[in-house]
Amino acid sequence: MSRIGVFVCHCGINVAGTVDVERVAEEIDHYPGVVYATDYKYMCSDPGQQLLQEAIEEHRLDGVIVAACSPAMHEATFRRAGAKAGLNPYRFESANIREQCSWVHEGDTERATEKAIEIVRTLVEKVKRDDEMAPFHLPLTKRALVIGGGIAGMQAALDVADAGFPVVLVEREGRLGGKMARLSGTYLNFEAAPDLLEQKIEQVLEHPNIQVLTNAQVVEVEGYVGNFDVKVSQLDKPETFEIGAIVMATGWDPYPLDRLSEYGGGATPDVVDGLTFEEMLRSGNGLRRPSDGRAPQEVVFVQCAGSRDPERGVPYCSKVCCMYVPKMARMFKERVPEGQAYVFYIDIRSAGKGYDEYVQQAMEDYDVLYLRGKVSKIFRDGDKVIVWGVDTLGGQQLEVAADLVVLATPMMPGDQTTELAQTVRAGVGENGFFSEAHPKLRPVESLTAGVFLAGAAQGPKDIPESVSQASGAAAKVLQLFSLDQMVQEPTVAYVIEEICSGCGACVGVCPYEARELHPVRGIAVVNAALCQNCGACVVACPNKASQIHNWTPEQILAMADAVSW
Amino acid sequence: MAYPYFPGCTLSTQAKNYDRSARAVAAALGLELEELAEWQCCGATFPLMLDDSLALIAPTRILYQAQQALEQASNSSRSVTTLCSICFNVLRRSQALLERDPEMLDRINWFTEQEYRGDVHIAHFLELLRDDLGWEALAERVTHPLTGLRVAPYYGCLLLRPYDEIGLDDPEAPTILHDLVQALGAEPVDFPYNIECCGSYLTVKEPEVPEMLSQEIVASAREHGAQVIVTACPLCQFNLDYPQRETEAGRTGDEIATLYFTQLMAVALGLPEETWGFADHYVDPQPLVAALEAGE
Repeated sequence: MSRIGVFVCHCGINVAGTVDVERVAEEIDHYPGVVYATDYKYMCSDPGQQLLQEAIEEHRLDGVIVAACSPAMHEATFRRAGAKAGLNPYRFESANIREQCSWVHEGDTERATEKAIEIVRTLVEKVKRDDEMAPFHLPLTKRALVIGGGIAGMQAALDVADAGFPVVLVEREGRLGGKMARLSGTYLNFEAAPDLLEQKIEQVLEHPNIQVLTNAQVVEVEGYVGNFDVKVSQLDKPETFEIGAIVMATGWDPYPLDRLSEYGGGATPDVVDGLTFEEMLRSGNGLRRPSDGRAPQEVVFVQCAGSRDPERGVPYCSKVCCMYVPKMARMFKERVPEGQAYVFYIDIRSAGKGYDEYVQQAMEDYDVLYLRGKVSKIFRDGDKVIVWGVDTLGGQQLEVAADLVVLATPMMPGDQTTELAQTVRAGVGENGFFSEAHPKLRPVESLTAGVFLAGAAQGPKDIPESVSQASGAAAKVLQLFSLDQMVQEPTVAYVIEEICSGCGACVGVCPYEARELHPVRGIAVVNAALCQNCGACVVACPNKASQIHNWTPEQILAMADAVSW
Repeated sequence: MAYPYFPGCTLSTQAKNYDRSARAVAAALGLELEELAEWQCCGATFPLMLDDSLALIAPTRILYQAQQALEQASNSSRSVTTLCSICFNVLRRSQALLERDPEMLDRINWFTEQEYRGDVHIAHFLELLRDDLGWEALAERVTHPLTGLRVAPYYGCLLLRPYDEIGLDDPEAPTILHDLVQALGAEPVDFPYNIECCGSYLTVKEPEVPEMLSQEIVASAREHGAQVIVTACPLCQFNLDYPQRETEAGRTGDEIATLYFTQLMAVALGLPEETWGFADHYVDPQPLVAALEAGE
């Protein structure tokens, strides 16, 4: 017979304001298998944990339930606390009587209390049948793969390599540098982008821990965190690497200019995008416009061209344009001092250290004319490009006869993002960029363990932000590599071999490729390292041969019975 | 194939030449237009207020009548067609609104005591030409190719926008009239004002606004070498044609005629002159056609 203890938490008034916690403790105390039950103000506090530990020792408890918040909140806390008093952590359960009870039944104490008691009863039945378990260990390959040799990928590779671990850096182009290699300069300090970049490239190429593969593509990824097998094809020559962690730094692509037909994009040669203008600024023989090679005198920059336009373009803000536009306008003025630059903008988003000052300088010291309003149409007229727009501050419609128009188009996900996401089994969001595991608290991790994100592959970013995120991703890789071996939760799926008929139904439904039919024995086998205990196989199995540790059908039926006890 | 056809008020009064030329052209191409047995004014403006069910009653009635016509039609047409850009806009948008708002559909059906199911497809006649007939097939029917004629397609607003509900063509760089002009053997002239507003109804209340706008539009077409403008909208046609009497070009006889695309088609398909309807224009298109014929 189990010796189970139940601790009902008030959570201040969060639970106790609606649920009669004392009654819950009193009633559950009489339930078979429960030898101790009490209530307490804050179970997660130090005294609360102390109470738990003392009760385990005093009452020789072999199973514990804390009826409080969601297990996502404090399951780990209480498992750790219980373990210190000798309780096997897998015989602890959280009974969620806050999010799933008190918060949703405010004002109905009677029924909320009944429901809380039922919830706790079900978990008593579960704990009775929980096995004592221990986490298991897996080997860990301490070599990182970085996909993408732009500024983000190079930074991540250098940080991991500097910490003493080997890195394989895969770049699909013939040389490192990514999109930054096409820039003429960087904002704030005006350093020439090529100089900054060359230093980085050199550091990467000469680093003893970094193996650089250019003209190379990742074609296949098998395995799991700590133990990936990655097939890389370099100029059609395949090679396989054992990899522990992967950093996705695959960057961005420019918005297709011909999607901006209202701005003459793709049809008018002197309407270019930012990246093209950067290349024009880099040119050794002066700034020349595409159509006739003349130096442009009047240049119009159009911000938010294609971005923040859910109907026709992309809905998101591309974030970097409000800064690269003043940079390009200033560079233009340095090359053509007598020229005039105009910037049409919706609003200026120059949040960042020194950023807004930089924009102000463009207006004040470089006479860049900022006009708040959208551009409606751009078309070619003789050797001029006519820009129709509105100045909403001046309250007038404008027509500018420009020599050149630069459209600040949004950053788009790199063209291979979706394909690569499938290869590494990482998710992409609605706009096609890689999805982070949590938008606030886990911004450099993907949803797949061991796959991390860096740079514009995750969303529009400028150079300093890409570099920061790359270092963040590298820190996550190093955190993993600091372990001696990998620890895996034991509550995964398993197969009862005697009743497995080898039908394979579970293999097809597994979203994590954690299952296969054994080639010789003809029954299903589980790769415990890949299993995320989602339960799809349990549902699919006609014989109930597929089960999850501590979530067996017997447990679930017993829990269901306990509801109507 | 025969299509149920909603002419609308303007094509029965001010723009009879549009209606007449279209029916003749359609018949010649085997796209019979069968006027709805019963119809009324569409309301001429799509209601923009959040809840303006009253203004939706007229278009819903038309959609219902179209539904009846489609059920009775012996042919397999799935679309009801119309010509006037304004009618087209009102009907297509009403249809879209009723499709996404079943509650509104119920309310109007309750009021009209009719059972419109919400799924009638409205096609502009231009779409039938493009999607059902095809430009190549049209080109094969041309007996009097308009070789050398420089035609400026003018789209205006309501044929194209709002794009998510209308979806007829790229609202910023449309080509459907360009393609038609090309199929007739003429040369389409691109000009920057081809999707600018003509001033629309302001012609009633503040005629100087459409006059100013249309003068810019016509001047731009002329500068880009156009000899004639084509449009699909009776109000555009009026606003581009009539104010030219006030312009320098108008006074010196250097005007540009504005034709319905169906009139241009009637010429190119070699249909009898009485179907062309050239009499009702301010700027007479006759000399242009005469010159074209003389050139052959």
